[in-house]
Amino acid sequence: MSASSDRGSPLSPPRSPLSLGRVGVRCVCVLGAGPIRIGQACEFDYSGVQGVQALREEGLRVVLVNSNPATIMTDPERADATYIEPVTADVVAAILESEKCDALLPTLGGQTALNVAVELAERGVLDRLGVKLLGASVEAIRTAEDRERFREAMRRAGVPVLPSVTVASLAKADEAAAVVGFPAILRPSFTLGGTGAAMVYNRDEYAVAIRQALAASPVSEVLVERSVEGWKEYELEVMRDRADTVVIVCSIENLDAMGVHTGDSITVAPALTLTDKEYQVLRDAAATCLRTVGVETGGANVQFGVDPATGEWVIIEMNPRVSRSSALASKATGFPIARIAAKLALGYRLDELENAITRSTPTSFEPALDYVVVKIPRFAFEKFAGVADTLGTSMKSVGEVMAIGAGFEEALLKAVRSLESGRVGLGAPPHVAALDDEGLGERLRIANPDRLWAFAEAVRRGWELPRLARETRWDPWFVHRIASLVVAERVLAEGRDDGALLAAAKRLGFGDADLARIVGGEEAEVRARRTAAGAVRRYRKVDTCAGEFAAATPYLYGSFGTLDEAPPRVRPAVVILGSGPVRIGQGIEFDACCVHAVAGLRAQGRDAVMVNCNPETVSTDWDAADRLYFEPLTMEEVLDVVAREEAEGVMVQFGGQTPLKLARGLAAAGVRVLGTSPDAIHLAEDRERFAEVLGRLGLRQAPGETVFSIDEARAAGSRLGFPVLVRPSYVLGGRGMEVVFGESELASYWRREVVATPEHPVLIDRFLERAVEIDVDALSDGHDVVICGVLEHIEEAGIHSGDSSCVLPSVSLALEVSAEVRRIARLLARELGVVGLINVQLAVRDGVVYVLEANPRASRTVPFISKATGVPWASLAAQVSCGATLKELGVHDGVPAGVAVKMPVFPWDRFPGVDPLTGPEMLSTGEVMGLADSFGEAFAKAALGAGLKLPLAGAVFLSLADTDKSRAAALAARFEELGFELLGTAGTVATLSAAGIHAGVVRKVSEGRPHVVDRMVNGEIQLVINTATGSRAHRDGIAIRRGALEHGVPYVATVPGAFATAEAIAALRRGQLSVRPLQRWHERVRIGQSFKS
Amino acid sequence: MSRHAVGNGARVGYPAGPVDSSLLPPILAGPRRARLALSDGTLLHGFAAVRAAWADGEVVFNTSMTGYQEMLTDPSYHGQILVLTTPHVGIVGVNRDDQESGRAWVRGLIVPDLSTAPSNWRSEGGVLERLAAQGVPVAWGFDTRALVLHLREHGALPGVLDCGGALSDGELVERARAARGTDGCDLTGEVGCTAPEGWSEGPWPGWAGSGGVGGWSDPGPRATDPGPRILVVDCGVKRSILRRLVGAGADVSVVPPRTAAADILGVEPAGVVVSNGPGDPAAVAQVAETMRELLGRVPLLGICLGHQLLGRALGATTFKLPFGHHGGNHPVRDEATGAVWITSQNHNYAVDPRTLPAGARVTMTNLTDGSVEGIAADELGAEGIQFHPEAGPGPHDALSVFSRFLERCRGEGRGKRGEKDP
Repeated sequence: MSASSDRGSPLSPPRSPLSLGRVGVRCVCVLGAGPIRIGQACEFDYSGVQGVQALREEGLRVVLVNSNPATIMTDPERADATYIEPVTADVVAAILESEKCDALLPTLGGQTALNVAVELAERGVLDRLGVKLLGASVEAIRTAEDRERFREAMRRAGVPVLPSVTVASLAKADEAAAVVGFPAILRPSFTLGGTGAAMVYNRDEYAVAIRQALAASPVSEVLVERSVEGWKEYELEVMRDRADTVVIVCSIENLDAMGVHTGDSITVAPALTLTDKEYQVLRDAAATCLRTVGVETGGANVQFGVDPATGEWVIIEMNPRVSRSSALASKATGFPIARIAAKLALGYRLDELENAITRSTPTSFEPALDYVVVKIPRFAFEKFAGVADTLGTSMKSVGEVMAIGAGFEEALLKAVRSLESGRVGLGAPPHVAALDDEGLGERLRIANPDRLWAFAEAVRRGWELPRLARETRWDPWFVHRIASLVVAERVLAEGRDDGALLAAAKRLGFGDADLARIVGGEEAEVRARRTAAGAVRRYRKVDTCAGEFAAATPYLYGSFGTLDEAPPRVRPAVVILGSGPVRIGQGIEFDACCVHAVAGLRAQGRDAVMVNCNPETVSTDWDAADRLYFEPLTMEEVLDVVAREEAEGVMVQFGGQTPLKLARGLAAAGVRVLGTSPDAIHLAEDRERFAEVLGRLGLRQAPGETVFSIDEARAAGSRLGFPVLVRPSYVLGGRGMEVVFGESELASYWRREVVATPEHPVLIDRFLERAVEIDVDALSDGHDVVICGVLEHIEEAGIHSGDSSCVLPSVSLALEVSAEVRRIARLLARELGVVGLINVQLAVRDGVVYVLEANPRASRTVPFISKATGVPWASLAAQVSCGATLKELGVHDGVPAGVAVKMPVFPWDRFPGVDPLTGPEMLSTGEVMGLADSFGEAFAKAALGAGLKLPLAGAVFLSLADTDKSRAAALAARFEELGFELLGTAGTVATLSAAGIHAGVVRKVSEGRPHVVDRMVNGEIQLVINTATGSRAHRDGIAIRRGALEHGVPYVATVPGAFATAEAIAALRRGQLSVRPLQRWHERVRIGQSFKS
Repeated sequence: MSRHAVGNGARVGYPAGPVDSSLLPPILAGPRRARLALSDGTLLHGFAAVRAAWADGEVVFNTSMTGYQEMLTDPSYHGQILVLTTPHVGIVGVNRDDQESGRAWVRGLIVPDLSTAPSNWRSEGGVLERLAAQGVPVAWGFDTRALVLHLREHGALPGVLDCGGALSDGELVERARAARGTDGCDLTGEVGCTAPEGWSEGPWPGWAGSGGVGGWSDPGPRATDPGPRILVVDCGVKRSILRRLVGAGADVSVVPPRTAAADILGVEPAGVVVSNGPGDPAAVAQVAETMRELLGRVPLLGICLGHQLLGRALGATTFKLPFGHHGGNHPVRDEATGAVWITSQNHNYAVDPRTLPAGARVTMTNLTDGSVEGIAADELGAEGIQFHPEAGPGPHDALSVFSRFLERCRGEGRGKRGEKDP
């Protein structure tokens, strides 16, 4: 170091001159993405939270609109005014006007927000109100979204695109096919996550698919494009500022070749199989694309296809907004894309903004990764009977996991165990291992959720690598590396006593549980042996710069290197276990609870340490907790984090079923579980022990039994009397839960569902028909109990609580019933020794209250109740779990600020042919909230937010199950009152005419034409009310429900739902819905309480 | 491998028969150990990919995620042991087009993981065979992040990479202490050409169609007009510099580093480029002196080492950066326009801006540490670029450096693009 003259002093990070052209705005309206759907999930909560914070730091007033109450972004302290209202053009226009906003930022709220922004611009609303569109111009949005315009722009810029033709009518379809050739892909314009897209290989398939695709597009426009199935797919996450500095935040390589939606692909970051020259081609083209489309500031995602044989490449598409991929890129690199996008939209330049991870370098740089990130999507095909699990161009996954490893192998294996699919590694699940070679080949050739495990099985059977590469169309490098892990298993099994080998296996990424499977023995044994062999997990920082600069933010992942970068502990720490991948039944609500728990821990003077593996969430944001461990939620990884952090304890009650499954194991390993004890949690899950508790407390329960065989089940069924509710124990989201109406159906249920969970018994309860279902959430400090809220389900018992519409406060419960419900919740909370939250589900029939179940943990409804009552329940629960008392905290029973309705949304459009009917198994992906002064208005808002376009007039078609016919007259009369024309099936019409109500008869589909679907297509039916009872096999009316769904006619499937819909329509007919920010609703509660005290 | 002798494999359902060792992860195949000793006594462990005994050199790291072949063949790495932080090296193999010179120059290579079965349509072979054929020690399985954090704290250090295992740990550390760094070394004579050569190869044709960034896509009217004659003083030039010059329309020749100013001026070049190269600029006095003589007499462009030498020719001093700039993601601001470029960088020394004479100015600044990334002496027609505008590997943001330089050489000055030489 001799040559250094006056070393270091010539160096000082330069200040950028402050830019002068900052956008002059005062009040920005930020649009959220609405309910969680397939293709538009909680990544937009993460982006909204970052964006809102970034804007408020600038002293701007931020107005937020989002109908999704389970988001962190809608917490009232996040924005200045928070509207939990439908994200529609009308509602947003009203808010822009009343809030006097002068800017609208639509690029953080997914396709929903972009569509609303375009509509507002087209209707002249933005001009009329003088509202400036930030982040993307309407012109840029149109160019990016309209495929033909996009391709034309790319052609002009010299960027290669695929041969394609836009078809706007059936007449032009043949012509298009002739130009494009086969295989071809059909992409409807303006749809979400590739809905309705299809791959066709011949003319016949094309003739069918083009019709469906035209119907799927809201503008009846379809892009017919040459398919490049089998090409490699890459994505670049790009940011651009107004000085035209462009940076690539992250490159992502899809393991699955083109033809599988990127949301459904296993993806890897950074891109691994490109040389620098080839990568720079894509980098240049991505920058050209942004410049050409006119994305002046902010982030965008650009997708490319590359022919692995020749290097020929094309640009596929570009999204001028933050996206699921940008959420992944953010988490993969530590670069806060949404935050920076918001700043750039205000006119900042990248070099003026600080890299929030290093806090010493500017944002105008490209992250360098010294690790590999693997994302694996999570699917829910098992919930949708009869749907093929084939993956294609229309996204089907409901969630995803991300894992970080020192290399691809470690990242892949960590991602596999993060999935919580019951697979600890690459061991084939029984249904894959059972395939013959032909079946296995098919599982390799056709993309599906099991392909990775089918691949491993094929390696075990000795299939040659070139064949595997040919079948899967995975890059030979990935084929080699994944195969090597399977080959490794065999060597590990043979060398099972070799500690050095075990340590090497840990470096490759094998989990302890997986090694226990491979070498035999218990997981704990493996853990002890590998630790003794020196394989101790150490933590590395995700620092955006591959170690070149010191990083200030403790964002960590585990690996088996030589260095541990976790900072020393100064304050006591508590570990919060997150909820892992989003799945149906365990969604964003639990992530919201985890994030709230952070606030609670901080209030109690603890450092909050987050462990989670979901890249879409707020909880895995670099500043959500005091420390973030991006790790799988397995026993092994959690124990390691707890040990490294010398944590005082672990919080398991906020992340849904994921942490609960670990609770007892953690306790057994000597980890302190804060809050409700693992044993109490288990007690509530154990039917026999729970029944004892209820008996002791004198509480009623629907009679039921626990059975282990079909014979026991039959006997139980006849003892209890059909219908019965059957379900496997230990499930969330009602997986496998059904109402069964007879013995033969019970047998078929057993064959279908019970194989899935042979180790757990099955619970059989008498089904309480026509009962009103109640959800109560309560908070206990082990001594006092407060009631957070009492939710009444609108649909009757038998529909999963997550799939029911709910209202808070209840609208039909008698006062004494209401009091009884609260008493029961308090009693159970005390008896179970709950410290924290408990959710109790009850059914009320004929004034009698039955306990259905109790879950001593934060439930799905907690964020909703928090929004409705203005109390951060999960945060308080975290405080209570640390030892605070409700008295100290000054917590009282929750008081609803207005009438709040929660309504689920369903992914029916993703699963063609599925009967869109709800039952005891949860199928919804998300929810919306409607908050208003009256039930009708609240329900109308919720319906609007859920995308249900309720008619104000026209014809209502009624087709009621026999069991519902007693209520037919009242229902029909209500719609008649509202001025609707009444139509119905012959049976329903007969029932009505007996009650003196006239209705026109419409044929069922089976009764010849023109039938009800024809009438829907012709626009003669505006609302369908179709109720069904009985088993799947006996339900008719699938054609009616599917027809309504496919032709955009709103339909209601239950009688109470129909009455509620009538009230909503009545409210809509009274005039425009009023909007009010959450902060004002909550103020009302506070004022009310101050009067009381 | 013998300890992994095959049993029946029944418990996990494998077919009988031997394990295909080519499929086994190398870490399970009994890899031989490799050690890296640093001059401060630090000893790190990994695995050896080759049997070459050992090599010493200055240990530097590069955080680029792509372009290992370009880096390995970049003469600027002469005398250095290169540590790559990107998690997998070797996936895309090696090919003819990605060579930055005729051979690998690194003294040793340390990577987290090495792929020996390349997969890429342009691949002509594996990186390991190439390096092994040259006797370069290659090691993998090191905790390169730990090594980078160490170098970040202690600066680039001399070290010894040992893949042979014959020496004791103590002996290895002793050799590391004795190893030379690059301080005070003029290595240009070891890497530059020895006789003048012509150069006609242009940029990689595969770039066509990615949007015309940087103006490289149009090589100009070369068929009829040979273009301005540019002499490149080869201190260890990367071929990408030559290719970019050709792409921008130049008639390129390369001359040895010790070519005298008079000889350079004798061929009446339209412009002179002094290239990148290894070593300490303070020690490359002869080339700096040549540049001083050229100042004001021919348009000059110095790149990387050439930039540092220009600084010295102007009378400024150079100093060693704490741990250098080695990566493909460094933001550089053009002080005239405020534009920010993401640049490819590979240097340990920098020009001290406080010592620049009147008439010379800083044109570009590194936004991470404020170091000088570009200088110009406008009256003398000289400019220096510290980073690598030619990329190879790295982003193309700064390619316009070449077309702008050629404009100057054509005497077209401010913006009269497209006119021919008089």
